[in-house]
Amino acid sequence: MTAEPKEMSPQTVDLAAAYEASGVKEVLRELDETLIGLAPVKKRIKETAALLLVDRARREMGLATETPTLHMSFTGNPGTGKTTVALKIADLLHRLGYVRKGHLVTVTRDDLVGQYIGHTAPKTKEVLKKAMGGVLFIDEAYYLYRPENERDYGQEAIEILLQVMENNRDDLVVVLAGYADRMDRFFDSNPGFRSRIAHHIEFPDYSDDELARISETMLAEQNYVFDGAGKRAMEEYIGKRRAQPHFANARSIRNALDRARLRQANRLFETSTGPLDAKALSTITEADIRPSRVFQGGLDVDRAHEETRA
Amino acid sequence: MRLRQGQFSFLPDLTDDDIRTQAQYAIDNGWAVSVEYTDDPHPRNSYWEMWGHPMFDNPDAAAVVYEVNECRKEHGGKYIRVLAFDATAGWESIRMSFIVNRPAEEPGFRVVRQEGEGRSIRYTVESYAMREPEGARYA
Ligand SMILES: Nc1ncnc2c1ncn2[C@@H]1O[C@H](COP(=O)(O)OP(=O)(O)OP(=O)(O)O)[C@@H](O)[C@H]1O
Ligand SMILES: [Mg+2]
Repeated sequence: MTAEPKEMSPQTVDLAAAYEASGVKEVLRELDETLIGLAPVKKRIKETAALLLVDRARREMGLATETPTLHMSFTGNPGTGKTTVALKIADLLHRLGYVRKGHLVTVTRDDLVGQYIGHTAPKTKEVLKKAMGGVLFIDEAYYLYRPENERDYGQEAIEILLQVMENNRDDLVVVLAGYADRMDRFFDSNPGFRSRIAHHIEFPDYSDDELARISETMLAEQNYVFDGAGKRAMEEYIGKRRAQPHFANARSIRNALDRARLRQANRLFETSTGPLDAKALSTITEADIRPSRVFQGGLDVDRAHEETRA
Repeated sequence: MRLRQGQFSFLPDLTDDDIRTQAQYAIDNGWAVSVEYTDDPHPRNSYWEMWGHPMFDNPDAAAVVYEVNECRKEHGGKYIRVLAFDATAGWESIRMSFIVNRPAEEPGFRVVRQEGEGRSIRYTVESYAMREPEGARYA
């Protein structure tokens, strides 16, 4: 309200200093270190960070006034790190001053769309309000749009979203995520979204080698290690698991490791006779990996067994 | 005559940015913020209409400004205020209240005198706006 004396716009800008001061460097370093692979994603994020730093400098010099459009789409298969990267992006935007709080609110269709007339608008608005100051991550965004049912309440949520994405660009950033082909079709039938999204980031599937490295870091986070044979078994597991149904990249690895830890605990329990040292308690061996169904042909084989038994 | 009620009412109208700053202060203190409206400006009118629910879990005050603007779309010709309620034991009360929207024309109040027994007089105030029925009080 009180008119503050207008600060003189700076004449020059030291981008390197701004980069240091903003803390963006740490986020990018963390991104590089904690996430294996994802080279194209990391590259895009670095470019975006550079763009935003320059944009901020331009605004400080009075060369730009508009808030740039920051809404994004993340496309990629399950377990390729979309949610994980969204968290980092929220942190990054916060450090750069593009969102005030930097929290991430993750939702799917059910959190936005209601069950009866008049239920959807308040629901969508509640979610939007909660996400203000941060990033709203809409997983499998295409479920919002159901062309086969012209009375579908999803349309109402879409309209409110589009409005807020346009009018409240200073208040929140929306990230739409999902599988590439279905997102493409979603954007084709909802041009309003396409035009409001500036950054499309594609998440590639991980290679076998990357998944093997991810499995090692995941174990290390929980203070476990593979022994030599255990590591080889895991590599074999990855090759086989990929060819089986419901493969979900890094998430499949996380699940496999959870089960391996379970088997390890049982193995220690059943076979140990004397005191166990830390090494024994934290080593995942071949015996903890190979009993997996994946080596017997996967889930399908299991089901077939059940059917013959039934 | 400008209605002077609650905080900041002797200042010029708050901008959306001012509203956000004040509401953020309330949120940062853990108070629940709500939006209310009325067309009865009497200072003792404690029955303002609620605009939606109080907001308990919105970390950023842009949410409050958003609701104020939604309320303006429907009740832009009325009084709208923002409240902050402190639920901590011992307080359990309103900690902030300020007007964020007012009618374009505020006709003000008149004094009404009621003559009682023995030449006693009871005074009260009445808003000129209240002579019109609900919904027709402001342009
Ligand atoms: N590059 C990586 N390095 C290490 N761990 C990773 C990597 N990518 C994903 N993960 C881990 O894999 C798991 C799944 O990742 P995330 O939830 O981000 O995937 P998603 O793409 O959002 O999946 P979905 O589409 O199924 O929601 C998480 O536990 C995450 O920590
Ligand atoms: Mg996810």
